[in-house]
Amino acid sequence: MGGWAIAVHGGAGVDPNLPPQRQEEAKQLLTRCLNLGISALRSNASALDVVELVVRELESDPLFNSGRGSALTEKGTVEMEASIMDGSKRRCGAVSGLTTVKNPISLARLVMDKSPHSYLAFSGAEEFARKQGVEVVENEYFITADNVGMLKLAKEANTILFDYRIPVAGGACGVGVENPLQMNGLPISVYAPETVGCVVVDGEGKCAAATSTGGLMNKMSGRIGDSPLIGAGTYACELCGVSCTGEGEAIIRGTLAREVAAVMEYKGFKLQAAVDFVIKHRLDQGKAGLIAVSNSGEVSYGFNCNGMFRGCATEDGFMEVGIWE
Amino acid sequence: MGWAIALHGGAGDIPFSLPPERRQPREEALRHCLQIGVGALQANMPPLDVVELVVRELEDIPHFNAGRGSVLTNKGTVEMEASIMDGRTKKCGAVSGLRTVVNAISLARLVMEKTPHIYLGFDGAEEYAKEQGVETVDSSHFITAENVERLQHAKEASIVEIDYSTHPLQNGTKKVAPIAANGDCQLGTVGCVAVDSKGNLASATSTGGLVNKMVGRIGDSPIIGAGTYANDHCAVSATGKGEAIIRGTVARDVAAMMEFKGVSLMEAADCVVHERTPKGTVGLVAVSAAGEVAMSYNTTGMFRACATEDGYSEVAIWPAS
Repeated sequence: MGGWAIAVHGGAGVDPNLPPQRQEEAKQLLTRCLNLGISALRSNASALDVVELVVRELESDPLFNSGRGSALTEKGTVEMEASIMDGSKRRCGAVSGLTTVKNPISLARLVMDKSPHSYLAFSGAEEFARKQGVEVVENEYFITADNVGMLKLAKEANTILFDYRIPVAGGACGVGVENPLQMNGLPISVYAPETVGCVVVDGEGKCAAATSTGGLMNKMSGRIGDSPLIGAGTYACELCGVSCTGEGEAIIRGTLAREVAAVMEYKGFKLQAAVDFVIKHRLDQGKAGLIAVSNSGEVSYGFNCNGMFRGCATEDGFMEVGIWE
Repeated sequence: MGWAIALHGGAGDIPFSLPPERRQPREEALRHCLQIGVGALQANMPPLDVVELVVRELEDIPHFNAGRGSVLTNKGTVEMEASIMDGRTKKCGAVSGLRTVVNAISLARLVMEKTPHIYLGFDGAEEYAKEQGVETVDSSHFITAENVERLQHAKEASIVEIDYSTHPLQNGTKKVAPIAANGDCQLGTVGCVAVDSKGNLASATSTGGLVNKMVGRIGDSPIIGAGTYANDHCAVSATGKGEAIIRGTVARDVAAMMEFKGVSLMEAADCVVHERTPKGTVGLVAVSAAGEVAMSYNTTGMFRACATEDGYSEVAIWPAS
């Protein structure tokens, strides 16, 4: 019992046909981020500092859907959002609608530390960023050729599948996809698993959580998902830290991150049991995943969809990186 | 069992000395909105429609901090936000950063029912409103002289709403709780919760936010689990200091306590308000599937009203003495 623990994720809902090379790249990135976090923890960094550090790294790498490499809005632009929570006093910060801020998670932290509010969005958030002197770049910086291609495919798919609550008849969707798997209304081959996240419990038993994303491919401009919503995509308290990913609607309706903590607090469940309970019983037909740590040094994850990019490590030397079940 | 409804017009430091000309119109308004809600429930309108109807009415009344009568940002503009949740299906909708939409709660409902998303904000939300042809007006429609005065006072006193127990600012800003010149704080929000005789629940919350807030600031009202929540146990709408309600996931916590600890609505509401959030920061109204009502607050007062099918009804601001 005790000791630090860390988990990271790069999104839930993975294309089963993802080329092996991409899978390798993803595992390497997850490993690199874990090692970054581990190194910081060994130098006694606080949980809050570690989650920010690790998510910054994930945002800077174009591989996952956050910061650079974010999914694109229907207009072909990037709108990023993020949130961070410090379990020890449940302080939190969140941002949405960022278009030029290089590291959204750091702006979320500044909202928490340096503003009188918890959540800033769109032009107000961008203004705050400039006043705080954080690094800003052109929107194009975040856009990758891969995602421009994906957006085109998503638009083609959506002309047939607009209301994803209506079951698809037959399998033809114009995208040449053999697999009928869908996430958030998109064929899995064009779905960019939303979000990156990190949860940490440090050597003092303090928990923190951070989540960042570009959001849903082909989303309406102005769409806010679960990642910046405290209690939905991110939550941390004395007992645990949680970061979720997957279908935003399911995560919001299920107040998923808060649910793990509530079940631990009100039903006395331990971490793994809480994670299993929430994934099994709180998602209805929604598809999502989450990572979590507890104040006693445990780490856990769960998902009910096809794969989740994740990694975890504990102070006693355990380390694991994975994509599939 | 039987239907029940509760609504609020904001919790805060409402002074006992509130003059009659400020108190009576609000009490009248609460009574009026309660009657509308009760009439709708008696006519078997689904709770989701009832809460939307009542909140629309509250938004249109300039005495409360939502729609017309919204408090102003630090730039003197309005940015309105709202959310709605259907307890039966757990579907929800939310909007933020609205400047021209007459009824934010109705746009939140449209987002819930007509888009593949849950939450739209700012320009994107305004654009969607125009596409949908919802009623929009020039921003000036929402601005009242009272609120211009409130903003002025807040700026003169260099007041920024600080949850100073946990946000130590490094820049040495004075930490003072805001009291407007006329003594009434205008914190909070409007909201409505309702349950029908079959136990279907719904919740809706709408607000202009915090006086002198930063442009782009989002509070608890559009955040599912914070300001608004409904499932098959209860429906909750919260009001007060947004930052505290977000951290405390207040609306969800009431439901979670009922669900996981098996406590009653009243016990859950009281526990969340009096034991789990700092004094002076929150109020809420809630109804349960069994037709009970709870209206708890840890502030000086909360503009509120409720009624149940067995004939009970109440309109109040402060605790019964």
